[in-house]
Amino acid sequence: MSIEDIQNEIIDEFSMFEDWEERYQYMIDLGKDLPLINDQYKTDSNIIKGCQSKVWVHAEMADDKVAFTADSDAIITKGIIAILIRVFSNQHPKDIINADTDFIDKIGLKEHLSPTRANGLVSMVKQLKMYAIAYQTQLS
Amino acid sequence: MINVETIRKDFPILSRLVNGKPLVYFDNAATSQTPQQVIDVIVDYYANYNANIHRGVHTLSQEATDLYEASRQKIKAHFNAKHAHEIIFTSGTTHGINLVANGFSSLLKKGDQIMVSALEHHSNIVPWQMLCERTGAILKVIPMNDAGELILSEFDALLSKNTKLVFVNHVSNALGTINPIEYIIEKAHDVKAAVLIDGAQSTPHLVPDVQALDVDFYVTSAHKICGPTGVGMLYGKEEWLKKLPPYQGGGEMIAEVTFEKTTYADLPHKFEAGTPNICGGIAFGAAIDYMNSVGFDNIAANENELLEYGTKKLLEIEGLKIYGTAKDKTSVISFNLEGIHPYDVGTILDKLGIAVRTGHHCAQPIMDFYKIPGTIRASFAFYNTKAEIDALVEGVKKAKMMLS
Repeated sequence: MSIEDIQNEIIDEFSMFEDWEERYQYMIDLGKDLPLINDQYKTDSNIIKGCQSKVWVHAEMADDKVAFTADSDAIITKGIIAILIRVFSNQHPKDIINADTDFIDKIGLKEHLSPTRANGLVSMVKQLKMYAIAYQTQLS
Repeated sequence: MINVETIRKDFPILSRLVNGKPLVYFDNAATSQTPQQVIDVIVDYYANYNANIHRGVHTLSQEATDLYEASRQKIKAHFNAKHAHEIIFTSGTTHGINLVANGFSSLLKKGDQIMVSALEHHSNIVPWQMLCERTGAILKVIPMNDAGELILSEFDALLSKNTKLVFVNHVSNALGTINPIEYIIEKAHDVKAAVLIDGAQSTPHLVPDVQALDVDFYVTSAHKICGPTGVGMLYGKEEWLKKLPPYQGGGEMIAEVTFEKTTYADLPHKFEAGTPNICGGIAFGAAIDYMNSVGFDNIAANENELLEYGTKKLLEIEGLKIYGTAKDKTSVISFNLEGIHPYDVGTILDKLGIAVRTGHHCAQPIMDFYKIPGTIRASFAFYNTKAEIDALVEGVKKAKMMLS
């Protein structure tokens, strides 16, 4: 599925929720289910430090697609990571580079991707794209 | 006793909704809210007096200067300084600290010691580290115990004839501990060290008497005591302020300038280069008037009641741990839920219209001490109520339910 299709699918899922509580409970559950990053990659060099919560990201490429695994010490942050990984993981680097994150606004979670939130997520998106750029360079 | 419901009417912001819920504002240690009386002064200044001060011969400039200097007098009276020129307007606490740190760079030599406490805010650590790098002085840290109290026997042991400056906050921003500054000042003076006290977290709750304390420097910010942001004060004993070199060059701080030499202006202008935050300075005085009209005895009585009530209610929640249990503390409760990240709790509380601070509160060494990533900090002001604490407790319970 393309990044755009996945984003639309997520928007559809979130449109079923009636209030913030249902939205957040869903994210919290996603966070709990997030396949953890392999401990060997939970290193200082993979850490993105936010003032509020920490995020770890690891990337690998196979069959011209980038696979991401990630983790956070805060569960709501982890829920958003789960959504971002669903969107960006196992995609071609070029598609990752060109994708935007506007869908986050549409599912009512805009504040979590605010640069002033200091939860590491904005830097995480940047980091995902950096990995994609790096792998794209390898491909071309 | 004050009637809190009447007081709350002074603060327009307290009646707004946040995320569809009535605002519960428990981030007072970060910044306090502004009463209409202070807002009116700010509006009145720009509507009727706006002019540059200290240099115009025209009426507006004179009136603005009079208001600004009257405010300095109010601050002087409030903190009981000996002279009005011992009150330096700054942009806030951090500016005051940097001004003193910079001044000491010409007074320190290699091997001298500066002492700070383990309870300090980052703004209280970094300027001294920079000062040590510049001068070769050594930074010593007064350790704290599990309750978040400074260990005074260790302080005594660290003091020596090499100690030149001791630097402690009056009240810890992360934990609310009230430090025994009387003792610290006396002991530091025994070895002829100067003492700078950070009053950013104390001045909302109590009135320090700088002469009775015999403190050398005392700094605070207006926005912690119902005033505007971007303005604060440095109190310095006259003898010290005369000894310290100016911090910034510019207009206002000079007496005479030729290309060969500049003579600096007298105190306080020597430290007030450039056009200051005139409106802020005036509103600072209005904020002090407001706090005094409420009365610090009343403020303390209400806040102590809230602290006691909040502590008791929060501790009824299973798995909740409070950090900072000093015998003497202000109305700050720093806590965590077992196994739950503070950021998550803060996010859920925000959805419920409850404003708390989460994170390390710019006091990472304290968080490292407790081996936690941060805390949830609820800080109460005199305009808060027990009903709001009930809302917080319900919110924390809900967050716990959602996150566990």
